[in-house]
Amino acid sequence: MSTYSVPTDERTSAFRWPSFKQFVFKQHSVLPGFGLTLGFTLSYLGLIVLLPLSAMFLRAASLTPARFWEIVTEPRVVASYKLTFGTSLVAALVNSVFGFIVAWCLVRYRFPGRKILDALIDLPFALPTAVSGIALTAIYAKTGWIGQFLYPLGIQSAFSPLGISIALTFIGLPFVVRTLQPAMEELDGETEEAAASLGASRWQTFLRVIVPSLLPPLLTGFAMAFARALGEYGSVVFIAGNQPMKTEITSLLIITKLEQYDYAGATALAVVMLLASFVLLLAINLLQWWTGRGYQRG
Amino acid sequence: MTKSFRSIAILVPLAIIFAGAIFGCSNSTTPTTGVNQAGAKPSKVTLLNVSYDPTREFYVEFNKSFADVWKKQAGQDVTVEQSHGGSGKQARAVIDGLEADVVTLSVGYDLSAIARKAKLMDENWQSKLPHNSAPYTSTIVFLVRKGNPKGIKDWGDLTQAGIEIITANPKTGGGSRWNYLAAWGSVLKRELGDLKKLNDPAAAEEVKAAQAKAREFISQLYKRVTVLDSGARGSTNTFTQRGLGDVLLTWENEAFLAVKDLGPDKYEIVVPSLSILAEPPVAVVTKVAQRKGTLEVAEAYLQHLYSPAGQQLAAKHYYRPAIPDSISDEQRKQFLNVELFTIDDVFGGWDKAQAEHFDDGGVFDLIYQPGN
Repeated sequence: MSTYSVPTDERTSAFRWPSFKQFVFKQHSVLPGFGLTLGFTLSYLGLIVLLPLSAMFLRAASLTPARFWEIVTEPRVVASYKLTFGTSLVAALVNSVFGFIVAWCLVRYRFPGRKILDALIDLPFALPTAVSGIALTAIYAKTGWIGQFLYPLGIQSAFSPLGISIALTFIGLPFVVRTLQPAMEELDGETEEAAASLGASRWQTFLRVIVPSLLPPLLTGFAMAFARALGEYGSVVFIAGNQPMKTEITSLLIITKLEQYDYAGATALAVVMLLASFVLLLAINLLQWWTGRGYQRG
Repeated sequence: MTKSFRSIAILVPLAIIFAGAIFGCSNSTTPTTGVNQAGAKPSKVTLLNVSYDPTREFYVEFNKSFADVWKKQAGQDVTVEQSHGGSGKQARAVIDGLEADVVTLSVGYDLSAIARKAKLMDENWQSKLPHNSAPYTSTIVFLVRKGNPKGIKDWGDLTQAGIEIITANPKTGGGSRWNYLAAWGSVLKRELGDLKKLNDPAAAEEVKAAQAKAREFISQLYKRVTVLDSGARGSTNTFTQRGLGDVLLTWENEAFLAVKDLGPDKYEIVVPSLSILAEPPVAVVTKVAQRKGTLEVAEAYLQHLYSPAGQQLAAKHYYRPAIPDSISDEQRKQFLNVELFTIDDVFGGWDKAQAEHFDDGGVFDLIYQPGN
């Protein structure tokens, strides 16, 4: 072990990007163990995230570009993208609004049972998604507790895009609440007081002071709920009805292809979903960076 | 901390990953149990039976029965491990390296995939065991609500106005393909009278017209399906727990279970005049069994399915025995008489049926194309 040593110059020249040197300096000043933790991080991420993803791309690469395009633009597949992205967007938007209210209530007010409510938020994280799917279907089907009131009004609450949105809202809620809570707790009360003393109405204080500082975490929560919804399978298959062209999500089509041993076709769809979510997350990150900067300047 | 140590800290875990990736690919497995090189039998042997969902309870009992027989016959203690799940998913697991000694799945197509894709057994696996390698069979029946309020008696009644049908998606549920094929075959039989005409060149025109009728019927039928669950058990739930639909198309054994477990006062079974002989096939995964040295015991295990004891257990779990003579009159009475046709008779085997009807772009997909 001791005979193995790399000359310093050679080692640093292998890592060209400038930020690395900065990190190396930081390591000496405060916390030790940068090399060890970075090594661990790289190998862990490589093993857990990058290796499976590259395997997926490799499998999809066995298709010719023309065939790939043909598979991912089939009418039935396109219908499933529209449904998946549409319902995920609806669910993420609903969660952004109501998740905001829930987080606000939990952070700003003290009331009996608050801790229990707070713990309940995590339930969709912990529950096997199939269980939530079955439970939601039981409630929203024609004969269910809620469904029996909705169906007479002409609202088809299960086996429809609405049902899918409900399931996706359920599984996405914790993301919004849990990203907003710490940010709300850190809100500076003095700024609000200052705004009030300078004659701002409550509404003005909320819109001009509170919302701008909560926008970045809200966007993060939205993005995470959205991304989570895109890939959801377990809870949706039960409530979706799974009718081709109408209520068939992309994940189900991926499973359908696997049942035909069409691995390449299945990964082609997966690649499309992955790229789409990646682009979306990137866009939201840019937006977040932009709003965050705007707030700091102002 | 020295700088060299830091580099090692980065490099070592990466090296481990690459080493893992390389060795992971080179399929190096050691035989675990079974007959060793010298030919002497170890006292214990373990088999893995990879099966589909509804056979769980049956195999629990059957494995005990086989263990007793094998102990007497070969003096070995045999433990059979079970793995259950959707048929297609189970077959993919075996293809991807799950070390199954025997597979007992719901459709022949999944076994052919194991033979073709992973080359783990001969492509002519189906001729290795009697009765098309299907020791027990089932058929497709209708489950309706008590009193049969919509008066559903046979296939033709399914497309009457106002009937809602529950069945699973044949593309995701292996067993649900039997439903579809049963419905298709019923029309051919009605139109042609005699299914032998299918292979008679003189009747080509007539057959063509009948196939068109069948296609029309299937299209009508699936348009009445409001919930297309991804598996057979899911659609049983939709019908029984959610109270949706007027009729559930399902395996006979599944229908018996639903009536037994959920109340004979709520549902009844309607047996159509004609249905398909659903043959869930079994096979030894020869390459795996050879490697593990379990070939002999694996073969005996499947043979035991054809023994009177095996046949009686299958009947107990509502599967129709391949050899009806081995069960009692009492047991035989529970299965109603129904005229059955096989997938080979009508569709020319699984591979052909799969390609024509269920693969992407097949007849089932066309039903849902816009404009159809």
